[in-house]
Amino acid sequence: MLRGMTSARLVALFLLGGALLNFPLLALWDKDLTIFGVPLFPAALFIIWAGLIASLAWLMEYDEH
Amino acid sequence: MISSSLVIAVSFLYLLVLFAVAWFGDKRAAEGRSIIASPWVYALSMAVYCTAWTYFGSVGRAANTGLWFLPIYLGPMLAMILAWIVLRKMIRIAKTYRITSIADFIASRYGKSRSLASLVTLITIVGILPYIALQLKAISSGYAMLTTPLGEPRQEIGLWLGDSTLYIALALAGFTIIFGTRHLDSTERHEGMVAAIAFESIVKLVAFLAVGLFVVYGVFNGMGDLFAQALANDQLKPLLMLGQGTQEFAYPQWFALIILAMLSVIFLPRQFQVMVVENVDERHLKRASWVFPLYLLLINIFVLPIALGGLLFFGQGAADPDYFVLSLPLAHGYEWLALFVFVGGLSAATGMVIVEAIAVSTMVCNDLVMPFLLRTERFGSRASGDLTGLLLMIRRVAILGILLLGYLYFRVAGEAYALVSIGLISFAAVAQFAPAMLGGMYWKVGNRQGALAGLLLGFALWIYTLLLPSLVKSGWLDAGLVTDGLLGLAWLKPEQLFGLQGLDNLTHALFWSLFANISAYVLVSLWTRPEAREASQALLFVDVFERTASTHPVFWQGRAKLSDLRNLTERFLGVDKAERLFTEYARRLGLAQTKDIPANAQLVQYVETQLAGAIGTGSARMMVASVVEEEQLDLDDVMRILEEASQLRAYSKALEEKSLSLEKATSELRAANEQLKSLDKLKDDFMSSVTHELRTPLTSIRAFTEMMLDDDEMDLEQRRQFLEIVVGEAERLGRLVNQVLDMAKIEAGHAEWHNSDVDIQSVVKQAINSISGMYLENGLSLNLHGEHEEIAPIRADPDRLMQVMLNLLSNAAKFVPHPGGIVDVYITDTTEGVTVGVQDNGKGIASNEQEQVFEKFRQAGEFSDRPQGTGLGLPISRQIVEHFGGRMWLESELGAGARFSFFLPRLKDAQQLERTEEESA
Repeated sequence: MLRGMTSARLVALFLLGGALLNFPLLALWDKDLTIFGVPLFPAALFIIWAGLIASLAWLMEYDEH
Repeated sequence: MISSSLVIAVSFLYLLVLFAVAWFGDKRAAEGRSIIASPWVYALSMAVYCTAWTYFGSVGRAANTGLWFLPIYLGPMLAMILAWIVLRKMIRIAKTYRITSIADFIASRYGKSRSLASLVTLITIVGILPYIALQLKAISSGYAMLTTPLGEPRQEIGLWLGDSTLYIALALAGFTIIFGTRHLDSTERHEGMVAAIAFESIVKLVAFLAVGLFVVYGVFNGMGDLFAQALANDQLKPLLMLGQGTQEFAYPQWFALIILAMLSVIFLPRQFQVMVVENVDERHLKRASWVFPLYLLLINIFVLPIALGGLLFFGQGAADPDYFVLSLPLAHGYEWLALFVFVGGLSAATGMVIVEAIAVSTMVCNDLVMPFLLRTERFGSRASGDLTGLLLMIRRVAILGILLLGYLYFRVAGEAYALVSIGLISFAAVAQFAPAMLGGMYWKVGNRQGALAGLLLGFALWIYTLLLPSLVKSGWLDAGLVTDGLLGLAWLKPEQLFGLQGLDNLTHALFWSLFANISAYVLVSLWTRPEAREASQALLFVDVFERTASTHPVFWQGRAKLSDLRNLTERFLGVDKAERLFTEYARRLGLAQTKDIPANAQLVQYVETQLAGAIGTGSARMMVASVVEEEQLDLDDVMRILEEASQLRAYSKALEEKSLSLEKATSELRAANEQLKSLDKLKDDFMSSVTHELRTPLTSIRAFTEMMLDDDEMDLEQRRQFLEIVVGEAERLGRLVNQVLDMAKIEAGHAEWHNSDVDIQSVVKQAINSISGMYLENGLSLNLHGEHEEIAPIRADPDRLMQVMLNLLSNAAKFVPHPGGIVDVYITDTTEGVTVGVQDNGKGIASNEQEQVFEKFRQAGEFSDRPQGTGLGLPISRQIVEHFGGRMWLESELGAGARFSFFLPRLKDAQQLERTEEESA
């Protein structure tokens, strides 16, 4: 049961990641702005990426131990 | 410019270091102290995904198209989220059935099919050649970049023997042969190689970060400065946006690239090798699944800054963006940094080539060459002699062949393409394995014919829509093929097949090949019947997590001889290894000698699995079949064996459950028995207490009446005195009997309750009044504290409450010193209910005895100084209070008196009241 929960959470994270990195959500970041001097679009991609890694790490290391 | 001898010397020195690392890794593995048994090393070895393409090509792609280098790394990010589900299953299957390559995996799943294994191997070789060519091109171009003075054109590549790339290819082949084929292992694991690959991953990351930091902080003043300059440049600004200028953002291509990378990160031969075959412990996957994407993130952080920096510094079109990582440090005079970066690139390229060549050579040997060799007279089933040397030789030749073919592709098509485009062709080829692999792991219906049809169609379409155009663009085929279509038929144009337009060539090829592949796989599987062996393998693969070694069904029937199987094992694994395997097998069965091993289905399967590790599942099947007499299984047999196995499993599960429940029942029984025993003892105590308490008054009644009966002379005064004693004792007797009856009634629920609204304060006062005479007589003082003007009534039986109060007060009187005893009564009123406390200044009760005073006939203190009493007062009082929903408790310390309190709640809720009423009824 618990293992099933981890799997379900991983699949949910996978779907969320797939949605965040594709049409149409990607277009949200196509703006003429900068964050600490870095243009918004590349910054957003890297931040989403880092967020996915952090969530995955949390799931793998701390979930149900 | 750096002298070519220095570059060559440093490169060889680096390869020597790598070799030392590998040697150390192998040595430690032989000693049983593996240095790669760590999730961190596992994750670093996965980073073999980052090749020269990542190292040089990403910057080139970023310089041309902005963020389009990223999908190749976002795909693996998404794939690794599912690693714990998908990859873990793959590892479990591969370990259970000794699978050592993708070809083996697919072949084994679909009934140990040799044709399927050969087809997968062929696809892999053809698909992977461009990728190997890419590595060679990267090293040779990097080398040329370092050794040519800036600004001058690079030297023309010499003809065949004069071409340094050929020597690079040969050197890499030699290196890989030493690395990967020194000895034969039936699990195909190479600890030393994995250690070297992990080391290379660190080198390439550090080198890339070094050049990134140099560009951002050495050439420019940090990220802000660099991006500000880029944003100010009209030509560079579009690179930082989604849509580049007027061009619409190609979402389908973005999506296709992510899917492609997602599949490649698992199905590239080298990824399968490091992730599945070289995996030490499947739990390592937990950490590696997020560390590997983190590595990818780190190595990509500076790609865009370096690309923009190069474009800003050199201007657009002036220098090849693929090699900005080298040209930027060179242009600033940092030759040592450039050399270090080159070593990083060398790491990326050699790592890829080594692992890929080893993985592919295993496939070529096991799935392409061995099946043919074993069919010949010389090496076939009737031949004898140790074949381990032959196996190693085939692999060595295969490695050399693969690298030379890669070099050939480099000469044929390499110059026309940027690095990234070459790599993507290979990605699309290995993506064809996905339907057969994933379908095979999760879909039992998928069968051999379906897999064969899907792979053939997908591969054919890949050749036609992607490989052919790449050769056309290199000028080796007529350009008319692409522009006009095959035979001049427009609907056969390779890049617009059947008139499909609006997609770039990669997305177009990926769509057609995967669409045809999946459709053929699914439809053919649904409309054809699998053979028995396919069905049994499908069950073993899909349900791999549900089976344990003991309940594993063995799909084999026939007769075998131990000596034949032993000889076969010795031929392919060597005498020593065979001895070890059979001893280990005998030990597992609890047999002293290997000659006692029964030659049954389990042994046949064991030998076949061990052989599969060395020569592939298809060849192992063929060899085992040649030395045993086996009966052909049909589908019904498979179903029967499976049913037996699952019955066995259900049976053992039921047994386990039964023994568990038995254990539970036993412990419950034991607990119940304990309880009964103590109850029994309590009852005995109760009986003896009751009889004891009854006997005392009876004895005195009898004594006094006898005295009066015997002595006729007794005067009246004396007689009256004796009679008073007799009456008193009889009263005491009656009281005791009443209390025992009362207790029994309450406990049995037969007591009568006359509930009304009670003013507790008046009950307490009444009790004090009625007992104050006794207190006065004994010289004790009794005080009421916390008198309230009015207390809201509580629903209860006033007579019963009176009984409780009198009991507490008379108890207190017994335990306080005579005279000088002080008893205080407290009343506290809250909205929830009323608390009444009776505090005395007696000796107090030790904490371990406090709960006992509420038990029947238990009185605190030593037996000798127990005051008179029935020992039933407190238990009855507590029962009464609890009947009204309240509770009674004791607070006391030795030497500091005792305080008995009870709390009665106000049951506002009508239902609650009802319920208590009902309970009492």
